[in-house]
Amino acid sequence: MDVKKLKFDALVYIFAVIFILPFLSSNANFHHVMIIFLIYAGLGEAWNIITGFGGQTSFGHAAFFGIGAYSSTILFYKFGVSPWLGMLVGIIISTVISAIVSYPCFRLKGHYFAIATLAVAEIIKQIFISWDYVEGATGISIPIVEESLAAMQFHSSKMPYFLIAFGLFIITVLTARYIENSRMGYYLKAIRESHEAAEALGINTTRYKLYAMMVSAALSATFGTLYAQYILYIDPFMVFTMEVSMKIVLLSVLGGLGNIYGPLIGAAILIPLSEYTRVYLGGTGKGVDLIIFGALIILVACFEPNGILGLLKKGVGKRRGLYARTDA
Amino acid sequence: MLLQVIFSGILVGFVYSLVAVGLTLIWGVMDVINFAHGDFLTISMYTVFWLYTLLKLDPLVSLPVATGLVFLLSFLTYKLIIKRVINAPGLTALLATFGLSLFIRNLAQYLWTPNYRFIPTSLVADKKLELAGVIIGMPQLVAAVGSIIMTVAVFYFLKYTKTGRAIQATSLDRDTAKLMGVNTEKIYALTFGISGACVGVAGALLATFFPIYPESGALYSLLAFVIVALGGFGNIAGALYGGVLIGLSEALGGYFLGTQFKYAVVFLIYLLVLQFKPKGLFGW
Repeated sequence: MDVKKLKFDALVYIFAVIFILPFLSSNANFHHVMIIFLIYAGLGEAWNIITGFGGQTSFGHAAFFGIGAYSSTILFYKFGVSPWLGMLVGIIISTVISAIVSYPCFRLKGHYFAIATLAVAEIIKQIFISWDYVEGATGISIPIVEESLAAMQFHSSKMPYFLIAFGLFIITVLTARYIENSRMGYYLKAIRESHEAAEALGINTTRYKLYAMMVSAALSATFGTLYAQYILYIDPFMVFTMEVSMKIVLLSVLGGLGNIYGPLIGAAILIPLSEYTRVYLGGTGKGVDLIIFGALIILVACFEPNGILGLLKKGVGKRRGLYARTDA
Repeated sequence: MLLQVIFSGILVGFVYSLVAVGLTLIWGVMDVINFAHGDFLTISMYTVFWLYTLLKLDPLVSLPVATGLVFLLSFLTYKLIIKRVINAPGLTALLATFGLSLFIRNLAQYLWTPNYRFIPTSLVADKKLELAGVIIGMPQLVAAVGSIIMTVAVFYFLKYTKTGRAIQATSLDRDTAKLMGVNTEKIYALTFGISGACVGVAGALLATFFPIYPESGALYSLLAFVIVALGGFGNIAGALYGGVLIGLSEALGGYFLGTQFKYAVVFLIYLLVLQFKPKGLFGW
């Protein structure tokens, strides 16, 4: 019980630090990095519910992110509906689609499932590329209107975007935390450790995997809406690409799997690294930033194979003899 | 016309098979998803291109050079990177190979620009074969035949040589293989090398008719993932048939539904087949 309280306190401190950081600097570029960091950390947290807890590797989360982005954008672009309502529609569509496509895929195990999620995401991308109603491959420039909370558009400062991202992020982390400590979380972990054993104990594995996927998809969609409103332009290659899916996977693996702190730590390292190398070295258009980024990922994987969280746990364990057993 | 489409689908399918054979080997033997697989293909294509541009060597002549080079690079990749992550939990190996893929792709872009390059003249260029109204381009035919030869060679190597059997044993049970005196470390490095040789051959053959640019290999590796899963992980015969099936469905999908949907058809076929065979066509 004490450990649980301690963990909750840690979370409050982390939220406080993240919240204060952008107020310490008026640098717009720094604010941009914070927003992108929160979006990807949130996506990582959402992904972690199905993959980290449930052990079902998804290589296709860009699909839900993209559906969220497109739902609000289409409603705003064609009918002038507030993106907040669009976000809600995005949540519903993405939850329904995740249920429809995941249900048959859950018969597949391990890598077969992972490749199936990749296939589903690619099919959805292809559909959006050739779908005229959503402007296909050309993409949509979101009409610029006067800044307001209702239109989720702010032109004078990036801070409102940060606050929205922060809100969505907190909702996502708390949802993940709630699931982790609930009966469903224990079921999911049982499924991750041994599918057969979980079934033998009477857990309806398909049902709980489905719930986890639906929650994960719904949360991912919200960040899609925010991202579209923040960038004010979307096309299928931006939101549905495998790069987005892989970035979510990479940062969570980098941080440490199966724990709500993993994606947070991974995103805190990976996103500033990728954004700042892009800003300072990407200008030449020669890909120097990505060469360095790639090399750094290799080095981290080689020298800290358990993720950053593994490293931290090792350190804490040595000093206090706590957390000796990793639950990742 | 339909016959033409079927033929070209099958021909390109054999090349897909060879790329998938390389991927399935690593996946089956050491359970590592190599995201840099397609980038080794790109390296092979650039090797052939530069040997052609600088030394006027025909792609088919420089094929062994490119294959050897990629074999060596893959071998080194194992020794320097994969070795450190192979025992790590979950998806860490994936992290490393993804980093490697980013590194190679962007290094190629830095060194050789993102421009499309072509090899306009070669032994096989501009030659055609006409068979009962079906026109088959010589580069595609040679690529398919070369891919079949390499696939069969790998298959027989695994099945009938002592080293090949050691690879199979390691794949089935690493610890037991070790107890039987197999140097699993050496086997892993060799498997990675052979996997590289597969894309080395495929890359050199593709360079005769496919544009060469930093992301040439990306499409092939994406398709190879699907083919490997379709055929069953670690299954060479599965990769061969899977490749042909995917080549065929891509061609037919493009013919009947329009080229923009040809990859959607490929992924759909995967999802459909797996509904009936959840562990791949040849899974057990």
